[in-house]
Amino acid sequence: MGFPVLLEVRGLEVSYGGIHAVKGVDLEVREGELVCLIGANGAGKSTTLRAVCGLLPARAGSVRYGGTDIAGVAMHELPRRGLVMVPEGRGIFPQLTVQENLAMGAYTRNDAGIAEDIERRYETFPRLKERRTQVAGTLSGGEQQMLAMGRALMARPKLLLLDEPSMGLAPRLVAKIFEIVRQIASQGVTILLVEQNARLALEVANRGYVMESGNITLSGEAEGLLESPKVREAYLGETA
Amino acid sequence: MDIFVQQLVNGLTLGAVYAIVALGYTMVYGIIQLINFAHGEVVMIGAMVAFTVINALAAGGMPPLVVVLIGTGCAIPVCMLAGYAMERLAYRPLRNAPRLAPLITAIGVSIILQHLAMLVWSRNVMAFPQIIPLTTYNFLGATITGVQIAILSLCFAMMTGLALLVYRTRLGTAMRATAQNPQVARLMGVDVNRVIAATFVIGAALGAVAGVMVGTYYGVAQYTMGSVLGMKAFAAAVLGGIGNIPGAMIGGLLLGVVEALGAGYIGDLTDLCRWGIGPEASCADGGHFILFGSNYQDVFAFVVLILVLVFRPSGLLGERVGDRA
Ligand SMILES: Nc1ncnc2c1ncn2[C@@H]1O[C@H](COP(=O)(O)OP(=O)(O)O)[C@@H](O)[C@H]1O
Ligand SMILES: [Mg+2]
Repeated sequence: MGFPVLLEVRGLEVSYGGIHAVKGVDLEVREGELVCLIGANGAGKSTTLRAVCGLLPARAGSVRYGGTDIAGVAMHELPRRGLVMVPEGRGIFPQLTVQENLAMGAYTRNDAGIAEDIERRYETFPRLKERRTQVAGTLSGGEQQMLAMGRALMARPKLLLLDEPSMGLAPRLVAKIFEIVRQIASQGVTILLVEQNARLALEVANRGYVMESGNITLSGEAEGLLESPKVREAYLGETA
Repeated sequence: MDIFVQQLVNGLTLGAVYAIVALGYTMVYGIIQLINFAHGEVVMIGAMVAFTVINALAAGGMPPLVVVLIGTGCAIPVCMLAGYAMERLAYRPLRNAPRLAPLITAIGVSIILQHLAMLVWSRNVMAFPQIIPLTTYNFLGATITGVQIAILSLCFAMMTGLALLVYRTRLGTAMRATAQNPQVARLMGVDVNRVIAATFVIGAALGAVAGVMVGTYYGVAQYTMGSVLGMKAFAAAVLGGIGNIPGAMIGGLLLGVVEALGAGYIGDLTDLCRWGIGPEASCADGGHFILFGSNYQDVFAFVVLILVLVFRPSGLLGERVGDRA
């Protein structure tokens, strides 16, 4: 891959009070890649993403985005620079309407294309169009996830961080969400996907990192990881 | 019957002012879950600044409306600055502290502002100069004054304006988003600190106008006037459902009406002679023995507050308290 590195995390350490949740993570995402970060519940995946966005302070290490260190950059500046996260649990605004949620995604923009972009989201997610004037808290889990992803796209991200988009969804919807992730990637958005569903994540991703209790323990091409006995045993539920 | 209509008119007028003050409480509570006890003091400062300016200009021969507008025009920026300063200096440093800390700080800010006002304006009551000619109109058997009409129209205009701001603009959407989930609002690019500051400043501007209105209505202003007014407006906000903007509007109007009707009838209803249990000496020849006179009017707001807290703590329009989705 000769593309430039978009996100570069070096020696990242994060703790919650005394709990050392991320213990020196190195990872990078190149422009145009779909990279997944897999690992069991509690491994430190969400903590890593939160620290990348500045939602949590890093205890050590650096996060470079687009070639600049973003440690000192205010969090609300990041979407303006194309770095957008869909947090775990979707984080929709329950009392805002579907349309207002989408508009919030475009908060940092002031170009004329916002209304058009909202229409484009409705084409991708017709369910959202039917519910445009409904408050988002009344949507089903799957619809909320689509809203969260549609809202993130409204910022026209360069790098999209997705934290467990398939969490808590029925299998049919999980497949649909992964299909949408693939579509977004094919439109040229770089993606860092955090997932517990290792198989599906590795099937859509180019590369992957495996995280275990705060450390990256394996990384490589997604196909290679799918074949790896260790991954098969620990994350794909197969006996080696 | 006309005492009923009359008290309704009076109650709606005061209630509209309570609603405007209540909005300041409810907007701040909605966004950072802080009961800003110092908001009543902001209203007081608005009245004091405006009265100072109006008194200085009263003899100048300018049309009264212009004088009042200039007074209000001076009060608004001073109050906005006070609102901004208290958020910036007193509340922002405590944003992540346990909830009791900012609450106690709010009480402290309130005391400080009151004493500052006492130093600046002394303990004396400032009177509104006699510049507005008394004009009265007849309305369904009741009398409504020009000042009342002006207060009512201005309050409804401000409520409409605020509703448009909150529900129709980018800043308003950001305010509501921040209230629901500040972290995600930041992820969307909202500068949450600025939105919170804007909320204080907008509430303070409304409070400034409310201060001028209530001062003009009663004809006096004093450094202590913010306490009871603030508590009543807070009661109105709780009645409507604290954090809920339409709730503050409805709660304010309702509280004003309850208070006015209560004041209008309490004397009659607590006249022991009326119930045949008054002392004979007083009740002879159609005399009265009144237990509670209309000077007890301030009590109603707090009776309402207690009843709401006991029977419907979430208020009329609030659905959830302390638990946001
Ligand atoms: N807010 C928090 N306070 C304290 N500990 C936390 C908090 N959030 C997560 N942790 C701990 O940090 C570790 C990593 O959590 P997390 O990053 O959420 O894992 P993952 O996303 O991989 O499931 C876990 O041990 C978890 O218990
Ligand atoms: Mg997680």
